[in-house]
Amino acid sequence: MNQKISIAADLALEPEYRVHNFRWLRKNPTLAVGSVMLIAMIVIAVAAPWIATHDPLEIDPMVRMQGPSTEHHFGTDAQGRDVFSRAVWGGRVSLTVGLSVALLASVIGIGLGLIAGFFQWADGLIMRVMDGLMAIPGILLAIALMAVTRASLLTVIVAITVPEIPRVVRLVRSLSLTLREQLYVQAAHSVGTQLPVILIRHVLPNMMAPLIVQGSFVAASAVLIEASLSFLGVGVPATIPSWGNMMAEGRNFVAVAFHIILYPGLLLAFTVLSINLIGDGLRDALDPRLSRQL
Amino acid sequence: MTFAPNNTQSNKEPLLEVVNLKTWFDTLAGTVRSVDGVSYQVYAGQTLGIVGESGCGKSVTALSILRLVPTPPARHSGQILFHKQNLLELPERDMRAIRGNQISMVFQEPMTSLNPVMSIGAQIAETIRLHQKMTQHQAIKRSLEMLRLVQIPEPERRINEYPHQLSGGMRQRVMIALALVCNPQILIADEPTTALDVTIQAQILALIKRLRIELGMGVILITHDLGVVAESCDRVAVMYAGKKVEEASVIDLFDQPLHPYTKALMSSMPSMNKHSKRLPEIPGMVPSPKELGKGCAFFARCSHSTLKCEQETPLLTDMGSDHVVACFAVTEEHV
Repeated sequence: MNQKISIAADLALEPEYRVHNFRWLRKNPTLAVGSVMLIAMIVIAVAAPWIATHDPLEIDPMVRMQGPSTEHHFGTDAQGRDVFSRAVWGGRVSLTVGLSVALLASVIGIGLGLIAGFFQWADGLIMRVMDGLMAIPGILLAIALMAVTRASLLTVIVAITVPEIPRVVRLVRSLSLTLREQLYVQAAHSVGTQLPVILIRHVLPNMMAPLIVQGSFVAASAVLIEASLSFLGVGVPATIPSWGNMMAEGRNFVAVAFHIILYPGLLLAFTVLSINLIGDGLRDALDPRLSRQL
Repeated sequence: MTFAPNNTQSNKEPLLEVVNLKTWFDTLAGTVRSVDGVSYQVYAGQTLGIVGESGCGKSVTALSILRLVPTPPARHSGQILFHKQNLLELPERDMRAIRGNQISMVFQEPMTSLNPVMSIGAQIAETIRLHQKMTQHQAIKRSLEMLRLVQIPEPERRINEYPHQLSGGMRQRVMIALALVCNPQILIADEPTTALDVTIQAQILALIKRLRIELGMGVILITHDLGVVAESCDRVAVMYAGKKVEEASVIDLFDQPLHPYTKALMSSMPSMNKHSKRLPEIPGMVPSPKELGKGCAFFARCSHSTLKCEQETPLLTDMGSDHVVACFAVTEEHV
């Protein structure tokens, strides 16, 4: 531990490393732009209580379906609720779901993938289950899972995680199969390291780069699936403002009040784009072949 | 040339004794006999060289000692006696306590034997703490000592560096430090210098030799380079197609090679005092372990082969002064 700190301290002291970091960001505008966009979105979602101009659930029949104005920045919906406030609050749902699904799917996927990659007896079993999961379209599986549970944020997260797990498992398994043949893994074995220690200390850190990239894509797809589920009415309960719920309610009034679905749609696209940009940027940044070109 | 007294080995207990070791792989295409009845002894303070072509089973023999060959597909039989216990029958837990602690190994490829995402100090410290109760601080201190022992310049700086910041020779030194950090009794060096250039090769061999004498280890040096053998071994076992075909002290072997294969190997080495035009080669290829018949494995490539060689496997015969050889042409001529 001490030693890690000392390394970090060394890096901070050496000015060339800082220059290097900045150059790396400039060389990778995709990552920079994506990060700025996502950070902005996170700030908006976290600061929702202060940014929102109205109570997102407050119904005001007097101002139904009004266009954007100074009072209602994004206009109002069919029940007179403030679209701007609802959209800001809805960002919380999307980001929470995206982040939780990415974390949950990664943790479970890493565990199963490592087992499949290192224990031959488990490989067949785990991979056939994963094949089965992948045979069902993710959104259908999520709808089915939602149908048998009560709608809440937690069940939505679980329902989206399950179809995402096989993607991570496949990646981790294929990486494990490569890494287990690496000489340093064998060398660790030859000095008497136990298998769990080898997995955590030697195998896992060496697969972090592709895993982070995969995690970002899982997060982006989770945000989209959450919105789709809510749009179909099987996502988060209607009492929680989410972009999918807003668009589902607004779709009947597209002809007269386009703004009701326009703003949540734009925010959704913005968020998914930002996560995908980060994913692409990270892939370039973490790929040793591309980063050598500096 | 030899540092340890050579004549004492017959009355000294061997540190490690491999008896009739067989490592067979069950594959879909049949059983592959990678190691087929190999025996040898390793004595403290001595180096046993194992030479042979690629694929003759040298590395598998070494990996079998540490039980690093995955079973299945591999199957072991025979005995590997270390401190009166058969390593092949030891439970995995006890085996782990031996690996890296009492018997350690240096691999051929220093470029890929170190974990790229851990600093070398952390890697050495981790190995120490696997086998000894030490705080991280003590372990790092000990790692520093080890780096100094293997003569890495500026060890204080190098200890925080990552493998990609080191040269090949330095990485091999780190690997040796890693292997020796728990003071093993036996060091298995699997072609430790193959991936290095000649000057570094000489340094690494000198280092292994020095540490062997200082620490009194037994060393098993696997190589295909007869120059390396002459330089640093006390005894040599020549392997061919999974079998030991000749074993002798290094002086005997170079003075008077008996097996036709050993002779052929010697004659295909460039010599410094003779100006030869073209080096003689051994015709043909090593037979695939799958196609081995019941006769001598070298039969098809041997210039002395007779009908008997094709039908019977020659047994190892002692030709005096611990020089054993498995060849009908040699043993029958002698009789």
